[in-house]
Amino acid sequence: MPIDVDLIFKIAGVGLIVAFIVTILDQVGKKEYAQWVILVSFIYILFNIASVVGELMDKIRSVFLFQ
Amino acid sequence: MEMLQVIGISLIGAFFAMVLKEQKPNLSFLLVVFVGSSIFLFLVEKITAIVQTVERLAISSNVNMLYFATILKIIGIAYIAEFAAQITKDAGQASISTKIEFAGKIIILTMAIPILTAIIESVIQLVAS
Repeated sequence: MPIDVDLIFKIAGVGLIVAFIVTILDQVGKKEYAQWVILVSFIYILFNIASVVGELMDKIRSVFLFQ
Repeated sequence: MEMLQVIGISLIGAFFAMVLKEQKPNLSFLLVVFVGSSIFLFLVEKITAIVQTVERLAISSNVNMLYFATILKIIGIAYIAEFAAQITKDAGQASISTKIEFAGKIIILTMAIPILTAIIESVIQLVAS
């Protein structure tokens, strides 16, 4: 199966945009909103990664004859 | 060419991980995990071909399939343990990484016990006869 490069760009883009937004929110003085933005972005990326890692585990289980 | 694809993905991933590490180290770590798993997912089809070839050889040479399955599982465990140990080491948790390697060794040893007992039994039979 081909590697989906889109997800790499998506993660990097989300990270940079979130860093930008957090900096702006900190400058404005809304520290609690900045915390929420960090948390939501982290959960979003973690969800994407978890699906990829789950697929990897399934593949390993099927290739190496684990039941 | 597939090797160039893997190299390109790895370089892009390394570059983005470097950039993200300045801003958000935890997202950079997730990116590294993603690049590692996607490279393995890319290689899975080739590994399947290799495993099928070895399986055909094992069937044609009448090796006991129980031993073959055990050896295959041991290879799989070694690969997963290495993968997880590298990722945890990248995350800065060298102690957890050492524990993963230790767990991999112990589990491989327990899976190899049937093969070991078979070898010892055949040696004992040879000596007794």
